[in-house]
Amino acid sequence: MTVALETTGVAKRYGRTWALRDCTLAVPAGRVAGLVGPNGAGKTTLLRLAVGLKRPTRGEVRVFGQPPGDDPALLGRVGFVAQDTPLYADLSAAEHLEFGRRLNPTWDGNAAAERLARLGVASDRTVRSLSGGQRAQVALTLALAKRPDLLVLDEPVASLDPLARREFLSELMGEVADRNLTVILSSHLIADLELRCDYLVVLSASRVQVLGDVDDLLAGHAVLTGPSDAPVPAGVQAVISDRGTHRQRELFARTSAPVADLAWQVRPVTLEDLVLAYLSEPTAGTLPGPEAAA
Amino acid sequence: MIGFRLDRRSNVVPYLQIVEQVRDALRTGLLETGDRLPTVRDVASSLAMNPNTVLKAYRQLEHDGLVEGRPGQGTFVVRSLAGPSLAGQATLRRELVAWLGRAREAGLPYEDIQALMGTTLHAFEAEGAA
Repeated sequence: MTVALETTGVAKRYGRTWALRDCTLAVPAGRVAGLVGPNGAGKTTLLRLAVGLKRPTRGEVRVFGQPPGDDPALLGRVGFVAQDTPLYADLSAAEHLEFGRRLNPTWDGNAAAERLARLGVASDRTVRSLSGGQRAQVALTLALAKRPDLLVLDEPVASLDPLARREFLSELMGEVADRNLTVILSSHLIADLELRCDYLVVLSASRVQVLGDVDDLLAGHAVLTGPSDAPVPAGVQAVISDRGTHRQRELFARTSAPVADLAWQVRPVTLEDLVLAYLSEPTAGTLPGPEAAA
Repeated sequence: MIGFRLDRRSNVVPYLQIVEQVRDALRTGLLETGDRLPTVRDVASSLAMNPNTVLKAYRQLEHDGLVEGRPGQGTFVVRSLAGPSLAGQATLRRELVAWLGRAREAGLPYEDIQALMGTTLHAFEAEGAA
């Protein structure tokens, strides 16, 4: 299995503040990985380290096996859309494309121009005069015109309305279908990651709290409801949260086998359930075993 | 061509929702042998969903012997699930549509119709089994 992004014991300090501490993770190639976590958890720092814009204070970052930022050929394989999709407000989309063509050794300007035409983005108008959704599409188009193998997106849809968010994500998913593209996408809107991400990284308090394949994570957790005096049933590996009234107990649990105890009602979890359950219990965590990380 | 929809509130994971929708279409004759399924790209971009999920659904259907991927051409139905009862389905469907019309006239919202159908079907099956 090819690994697109790998970090080992990565820490990053700004002045006296540690933005990341001991961050170890691997994102396999070909995946769409969602990066979630509360504000200040270190998401943007991790993404900037991944694209070589920052260097770690400690530890190692590798993109397709190499440290990013040193080798121009490697940088050519990485596309990055920073938070709030920054562009030059007084330049047109066409001028941005020309700019990109001159700066990048591989550049698919035709596909980029076609994409913008298909999306109805006026290439000759200044970016300032475009809608937020169109600006985001221009930024995505620029990042994709490099034909990257890894595309890193920092909260690309946070400021967009629901329709523009969906159009952006449709374009992105279409591109993933067209070729073997790895995507790492941060968002605090978990609903936008549902259906899109097949890999999940939860960062909390500058550490990796949850990591793994989304289907495996969902299959390996359940919400259990039962009488308040009932013992934790067989099949439960760890209780992440335990809430309830004097009559009823609700467990959010990591399971190692299906729970078949008749005293307990079992409900499958959604991605949102999973993320919220872990984020509200910062000391709990789940990481894949050694075989999954290999 | 079949169009997929996803129910986010469903407890069924997305890839299985697609598998079930293809199986239903095969049962009701909406899809027949030789029909082409929409491309993974079209499904991924129209539902803004991960293409790996669509691929997983198509692989499952292929594994079940219902469809076949032909390189460069697409994914085609190779086996139908429509039984001999298919011919009778048109009449039954018409009667059901007429019944749904009466339910709507009686003021039943979608959820109530769904609940009534579900509970009645369940009771009917239980009686049959007894």
